[in-house]
Amino acid sequence: MTLLSILGVLSSAVFSGTSLLYATLGEIVDQRSGIVNLGLEGVLLVSASAGFSAAAVTGSPYVGVLVAALAGGLMNLILGYLTITRRANQLASGLALMFFGFGVSAWIGRAHVGARIEGLPRLTLPGLSPLPVLYRSLFQFDVLIYLAVPAAIFMWWLLFRTRWGLGVRAVGESADAAFASGRNPHWIRYQALFVGGLLAGLGAAHLSIAYAMNWTEYMTAGRGFIAVALVIFSKWHPLRAIAGALLFSAAVAFQLLLQSSGIQISPFLLDTIPYLLTLGVLIAWGGTRRQSAPASLGHVYQGSE
Amino acid sequence: MSTPPERADRLRSMGVRTVGALLRFGSMAAIAFLLFGIILLASGHDPILSYRDLFASTFGSARGFSEVLVAMTPMLLTALAVALPSRIGLINVGVEGQLYIGACFATWGALTLSHWPAWLLLPAMALLGMIGGALWALVPGILRARGLVNETITTLLLNSVAPMIVSFFVFGYWHSPMDTNKTANFVAAARLPTLLGTRVDLSLVVGLLLLVLFWFVMKSTRWGLEMRAIGGNPQAALRNGIPYRAYVVAVLCLGGAVAGLAGMSLVSGFYGVLLANFSRGTGFMGFLISWLAGGNPFGIVVTSFAVAMITSGGNLLQLTRDVPYAVINILLAFTLFVVLARPQFTLRKKTA
Repeated sequence: MTLLSILGVLSSAVFSGTSLLYATLGEIVDQRSGIVNLGLEGVLLVSASAGFSAAAVTGSPYVGVLVAALAGGLMNLILGYLTITRRANQLASGLALMFFGFGVSAWIGRAHVGARIEGLPRLTLPGLSPLPVLYRSLFQFDVLIYLAVPAAIFMWWLLFRTRWGLGVRAVGESADAAFASGRNPHWIRYQALFVGGLLAGLGAAHLSIAYAMNWTEYMTAGRGFIAVALVIFSKWHPLRAIAGALLFSAAVAFQLLLQSSGIQISPFLLDTIPYLLTLGVLIAWGGTRRQSAPASLGHVYQGSE
Repeated sequence: MSTPPERADRLRSMGVRTVGALLRFGSMAAIAFLLFGIILLASGHDPILSYRDLFASTFGSARGFSEVLVAMTPMLLTALAVALPSRIGLINVGVEGQLYIGACFATWGALTLSHWPAWLLLPAMALLGMIGGALWALVPGILRARGLVNETITTLLLNSVAPMIVSFFVFGYWHSPMDTNKTANFVAAARLPTLLGTRVDLSLVVGLLLLVLFWFVMKSTRWGLEMRAIGGNPQAALRNGIPYRAYVVAVLCLGGAVAGLAGMSLVSGFYGVLLANFSRGTGFMGFLISWLAGGNPFGIVVTSFAVAMITSGGNLLQLTRDVPYAVINILLAFTLFVVLARPQFTLRKKTA
């Protein structure tokens, strides 16, 4: 086991974990405003498919990223219409959105299955150029990876240090109280869902445009649900989401390391570790204090006429 | 003092309500089909031809109709797996995972007990499937009963773990010499008998019987009464001496067992083999169906049939009009959207 192979493992773990961090951040914003988005899997699929198709058609990966983000925002607005304006059940609406995503992504992407695109370019950090080429190539990441942790910090600032974030959190805790203090819960929730969708779209863009560089049906393979789990793990906090995404990346890295060192452990069992860990953490918290979920999460705001 | 004319009145008003409900449902379906027609048109397909195919393939022939019943079978069971816990206010979003573990347990039976005769092997597999599903619901049940973690979160988490466990066994131990991602075909004794030469298998009958049983238990037994009491007001039920915690664990496990049975029916009936990642949302579809039907057994049958018609029609759309199969999910989702977005005064009180 050489230093090179260890670095290679870490580098690929970072690549696979980035989409999760964005998706988790998006779901945190959704849930902070009081709306559970169980359709995240479908949102990610549509964004991945739309982004990839846009990149294939225009030839520009950046256009692809933009389209993916917008597609995510639009998908979330559908959820918003159902749960906010029509006051439908959030879990059922989310699952319906998931099936919608299965269909729409297959429909958008069908013309581009197997298409070759120019992936997001990988940029070398300025200080690393003296390194040997082999090492340097391991530290060449695309712009979405470089921006992932700053995005988490930005979301923390947005949610906890701005008026907008205060409004979102207030609505998530109690829509009635937020209304009484002069805020418009409906409008705030729409905004939060749109922002959450943009973030989810960025994650999906990284998956299809930078990481896999192709489109296949159901390519997100449960990442939407992983992100929902990570939201709980990170206690609805953007900075802890970094730790959550790292946990999954570490599991991936651990697997690759074991494989390259010839130890035979099924990758599927290792895949379960982060989930079981999340479950364990939940049980530990459950016994001590409240789980810091937004208080009105999942409740329908009936509005006050 | 129910005199005959009053009864006639009541029957008439029931009739009016039924017609009203049918009209509402019809108009909602029309909107959904219209929206999907636009999608078909945009992708260069004639919506009228496609819809004619869809109806001709499902209602036009006995074979097509039997395929709808095939698609409906797992939905009946997965919807029941959600409806049962919903009666005491539990939200079981984990049917997908329970179904996988049930399929896994049943497959273990099919592979290791393959020398058993069918009359012994099939019940054993069904029992194993139910045990598997129930075990997968046990942890969420206990955690909820002790007030530690909400069952919505835990069942959702365990959904993601279950397919990995199936993959672990399939890729690691059970795969056939030819494939890496599925077991060898089950022996004939491990296959559910099919009915009348179609692909409809015995689990359809089992599913319908279980729904009748569910209706009967809820309506006419002490358990049903106590469950309704808990669903109405858990605190009051507890003070009246109803063992609330025991009910939470038992009912969630029962839901899991039904979901596990759905998994067994899929591997033993529909597929005849255990395939890694074989279910793409069957369990979630059960949640939606149960929610749309308000947890009502009859409603579950009707809703499952409607959904099955759409999904099995999708198979044919793919063959004749070269639309990817997954696209049929759009029609399904439009239907769900329209129902979810319907005006609130028709909304039922049950939440799942």
